[in-house]
Amino acid sequence: MPSTSPTRTDDAGRPRLAAHVRLTFDPARQRHVLLAPETVTVLNGTGAAVLGLCDGTRTVAEIVACLRDRYDTVAADEVRAFLGRLVAKRCVEVGDG
Amino acid sequence: MADLDPPFGLLAELTYACPLQCAYCSNPLNLDDYRDELSTSEWQRVLTEARELGVLQLHLSGGEPLQRHDLVDIVRTAAGLGCYTNLITSALGLSPRRAEQLREAGLDHVQISVQADDASLSDRIAVTPSFERKLAAARLVKELGWPLTLNVVLHRGNLDRIARIVDLAERLAADRVELANTQYYGWALLNRDALLPSREQVERAEAVAREARERLRGRMDVVYVLPDYHERYPKPCMGGWGRRQLTVAPNGDVLPCPTAHALPLPRANVREHSLAWVWEESPLFQRFRGTGWMPDPCRGCARRDVDFGGCRCQAFLLTGDAARTDPVCHLSPDHDLVTAAVHTAGERPAAGDRLVPRPHPHREHAKR
Repeated sequence: MPSTSPTRTDDAGRPRLAAHVRLTFDPARQRHVLLAPETVTVLNGTGAAVLGLCDGTRTVAEIVACLRDRYDTVAADEVRAFLGRLVAKRCVEVGDG
Repeated sequence: MADLDPPFGLLAELTYACPLQCAYCSNPLNLDDYRDELSTSEWQRVLTEARELGVLQLHLSGGEPLQRHDLVDIVRTAAGLGCYTNLITSALGLSPRRAEQLREAGLDHVQISVQADDASLSDRIAVTPSFERKLAAARLVKELGWPLTLNVVLHRGNLDRIARIVDLAERLAADRVELANTQYYGWALLNRDALLPSREQVERAEAVAREARERLRGRMDVVYVLPDYHERYPKPCMGGWGRRQLTVAPNGDVLPCPTAHALPLPRANVREHSLAWVWEESPLFQRFRGTGWMPDPCRGCARRDVDFGGCRCQAFLLTGDAARTDPVCHLSPDHDLVTAAVHTAGERPAAGDRLVPRPHPHREHAKR
């Protein structure tokens, strides 16, 4: 088992999508969506951008830095809270890296 | 129709053929009327139209979907379109070879039913020796890396075993367990008096389910579907009529929910209409959309956008009028129909219930 602590979304954690969820673009809604067993999460632009950066190598701090290159204002605590909710739903896993 | 959202989910009932004969089955009583099943290419066209319409979750069910020899082709098409695909199965027919083909075709998630936590009771409820094969298939699902949901329909014959059912789900390393109290449609309604649990059973089971949900949080999702006959308010059936989900029956009939075939409404079939027309324009899907159709007490109720007046099929099956408030609601003028049924169940002796098994339908081979 790789070293994962399922609730860690602090700056040093390295989040990635869980193996059984899929991030995809839905042309019918013109939104990105996160698909998991029995759930569909329709994402806003920022949410999709965060998850697009969750590749298991970037840390949360690096993800926030990437987002700041793209958007004028990025609240790091909101990114952490967003990832924390998805970790609780087991859609995102966090490695210590 | 500016406020009409696209559907999220399509329940594809591929066939009503099934190796099990569970008396709680919600399939139609007139199973033989569904023998002319959609062909592979017809299903593939339906899935393409569904994805264009905005469907993201495809639930493959029945009957037993593994009875369709073209299941792998149907999954491959759906996965290629970008749908998240769920197989809802008895697991009978899920051989290692078939499982590997489905994995390769892109199937995302497997839901396996068990009827109880031990072989003799489970096989008795299924009227088929099946429990050991189900466990083997559940292990196979995990070995192949799929998320596994264990589905258990609850009724007076197994509700007291809910803690042991949760233990079984844990032993199988299920990711989700759905503990679903019986909904009384089809064969289940025919068997209602023998399936309906007592209020004491329901209260004990809810306490166990609540404890399990807390204890297993973050490891396994415990989904408990309420026994609506015992509730004060009705279920928000399908998240609202024609609002989030649609069903396609084995013969191509499109329905707002899998039991709406019982209602005296005009049919809509994929052999005659596009799925987009059915969703957006058909009289069937318009009939109970929104709140404009509602009678009192729903019309002025603060919960009308919460539970949508409950279940139209249940209103029809219990009162003969699909446009009445779901009699499960304690505010319904017909609520005594439900309280009388629950009271009768509480008075019945625990043993000796006679159940009518759902029969095996006759079946033509699906056309290619």
